[in-house]
Amino acid sequence: MARMTRKQRRLTLIGAAGVVLAAAIGLILVAFQDTIVFFNSPSDILAEHPGTERRIRLGGLVLEGSVVHDEQASVRFVVTDTAHDLPVVYGGLLPDLFREGQGIVAEGRLDADGVFRADSVLAKHDETYMPPEVADALKKQGHFMEAATQ
Amino acid sequence: MTAEAGLFSLVLALVLALVQSTVPLVGARRGDPRLMAVGQSTAIGQLLFVTLSFAILIALFVRSDFSVELVWAHSHTAQPLIYRVTSTWGNHEGSMVLWIFILTLFGALVALFGSRLPATLQATVLAVQGWIATVFLLFVLATSNPFARLSPAPAQGRDLNPILQDLGLAIHPPLLYAGYVGFSIAFAFAVAALIEGRVDAAWARWVRPWTLLAWSFLTVGIAIGSYWAYYELGWGGWWFWDPVENASFMPWLSGTALIHSAIVMEKRSALKIWTVLLAILTFSLSLLGTFLVRSGVLTSVHAFATDPSRGVFILLILIFSIGGALGLFAFRAGSLQRGGLFAPISREGALVLNNLLLTTACGVVLTGTLYPLALEAVTGDKISVGEPFFNATFVPLMIPLLLAVPFGPFLAWKRGDLLGATQRLYAALGVTFLSILAVYAIHHDGPVLAPLAFGLGVWLIAGALADIAERAGFARAGLAKGFARLRGMPRSAWGAALGHAGVGLTVIGIVGATAWDAERIVAMRPGDTVDLAGYHLTYQGTAPQTGPNYMANVSGFTIERDGRDLGIITSERRDYIASRQQTTEAGIRTFLFTQLYVSVGDRQQAGGRAVRVYHKPLVTLIWLGSLVMFLGGALSLSDRRLRIGAPTRARRMAAAQPAE
Repeated sequence: MARMTRKQRRLTLIGAAGVVLAAAIGLILVAFQDTIVFFNSPSDILAEHPGTERRIRLGGLVLEGSVVHDEQASVRFVVTDTAHDLPVVYGGLLPDLFREGQGIVAEGRLDADGVFRADSVLAKHDETYMPPEVADALKKQGHFMEAATQ
Repeated sequence: MTAEAGLFSLVLALVLALVQSTVPLVGARRGDPRLMAVGQSTAIGQLLFVTLSFAILIALFVRSDFSVELVWAHSHTAQPLIYRVTSTWGNHEGSMVLWIFILTLFGALVALFGSRLPATLQATVLAVQGWIATVFLLFVLATSNPFARLSPAPAQGRDLNPILQDLGLAIHPPLLYAGYVGFSIAFAFAVAALIEGRVDAAWARWVRPWTLLAWSFLTVGIAIGSYWAYYELGWGGWWFWDPVENASFMPWLSGTALIHSAIVMEKRSALKIWTVLLAILTFSLSLLGTFLVRSGVLTSVHAFATDPSRGVFILLILIFSIGGALGLFAFRAGSLQRGGLFAPISREGALVLNNLLLTTACGVVLTGTLYPLALEAVTGDKISVGEPFFNATFVPLMIPLLLAVPFGPFLAWKRGDLLGATQRLYAALGVTFLSILAVYAIHHDGPVLAPLAFGLGVWLIAGALADIAERAGFARAGLAKGFARLRGMPRSAWGAALGHAGVGLTVIGIVGATAWDAERIVAMRPGDTVDLAGYHLTYQGTAPQTGPNYMANVSGFTIERDGRDLGIITSERRDYIASRQQTTEAGIRTFLFTQLYVSVGDRQQAGGRAVRVYHKPLVTLIWLGSLVMFLGGALSLSDRRLRIGAPTRARRMAAAQPAE
């Protein structure tokens, strides 16, 4: 290779850095278009009709008495923000801290019948913790009870 | 009384830290050796007092002294001894004391083993360490007193969060912190270099072992955390791109860049300013990680603190350290001498590419981690950035990096020969190509890209072997002479090869566990069977069992494959009595590198239990690869050249011969 001047070498370096950075920024922008998941309460979903394509994080309380286990190891329950309810189907093992009347976050898509098909369900990590997204969603509804966080 | 003694020791440590922050610095400016020597004695004294305080805290937990609020809130008399000890750092306050303990340990090591350093550099480094210790001691004393009393003392404690009662989690925080905090040494050296206005090859030679040590600990710390999540959270995931995981992964990425750029600086005196900046950024990312995890900004298992004053305090520390260091950098970097020249295709060029891709990848992870927080602060929208984002951004940046890794060691310093390097990698290329074909023949029904990704892992391992074979000169000198040379090879060369091969193993593990895994979720009654990936499991039933502080339901399965009995696999559901929490203990059987993973749910109304069975091919290679990387780091550290520190010029010339 022909000997390069200091300036040429520096330009090569800057050029390489520019290419990598531009690629990274491009990747980030494209990824932000279609990999981001918005958080919604049942009221938001019923008001916005997000369709069946978009991935959604659904947060709220598990309605008391709504949990039904199917034969095929899937589970149905209703998530509520006390103003509106949304039926959820989940085909996996529920987390250890999943209980009726407590806050959860489910991730998945709506199906054509308006049932939320979750592919993951997260529950709070301990007795005193409520997912903040859930707490906020409940506060927005004006139904936030301090007791619910305990 | 003991608890008060612990608190008092922390206060004394703070006083020493204040002295350490100032006196050696004044000494270094005035060239007064007596004032500079104060740094060493205060660093060691600080370690003694913090050790005493930490030991007292552990003793309070072991003795279950519930008159101390922290012990009451996070321990229980029925916990086995090991978990009473680890409860000490299974909470915010205790883990901060551990953080400071490790910080002062590193500071004392610099004081003890830094006698060959130029006196002013050592004094300045210790002073910077003193600043960090001061702010963190202030933080603990002002917002997170671990020794606060509770009166009257309750008879029983509230128990440690059951999912933290686990051996993996017992050693995860100390190792992770050793990594995080270890980078503070590189940071202190960088700031000291800026204050002194001088960086040279000897500086890099000093920074390298400390960074390597921190990096090695961080590597296994992250790996253990990942393995813990895999077996304890009960659904077989080993990495979630959870912000808290990212918080430890970002310093790892920039630390990896740092150990490579420090090589260029040591050998070629180039990339000086960049290396100093990278040292500052790496520790800044460690601090950012501490902030994200400890401030309650993020919610996860790790977020113990919900007290907003703590968040504000850590944010102030963050602004003070990062802002101060970067400000100093902007102000002083121009005065540092520029380094040597090199062609784009050269060892230096390869290492620059490594740094470019690693830091960009780190920036991508940072963006994905902070964007949801920023968006929520600005617009109030709540979003989650998860695995799909990182797969689409992080992975494409890693592919060129990993493809390029085997070329690096074959390029000469200053001006390299890409064609020559490729020729010497023919054997490795051949092995890689054959492995891709072989994998495609076995798994042609799996994802199309999987055999190629598998080949990438093989390429890294074969490249590392080719590097060793080339250094030994098997091709030119013959076997006998080659083996003789192998023995005389510097350990750092072995370390580098092991490090790269470790990455290859991890890549293979990731490909196996994500591309060819299989999963079944079924409702089962005793006697039912389930087939997965050639394994035939029969549910034998569930029996109650009593643990030290929990009641368990243990479910057993027999495993058969091709009519052969492979023994049993058991999975537990535990109910912890004191905290009324449940945990799932997955049943795991390892067959070579492949794991069979069973997790069992609660009894259902209809009878029977929901059972998840996973087949995870090659999954253990993910963590074994990390272990190999750790060994590579440890081997490099034991290299005589690094151990004895910066030798005099004449000796360095002599020592440099075999290393080339």
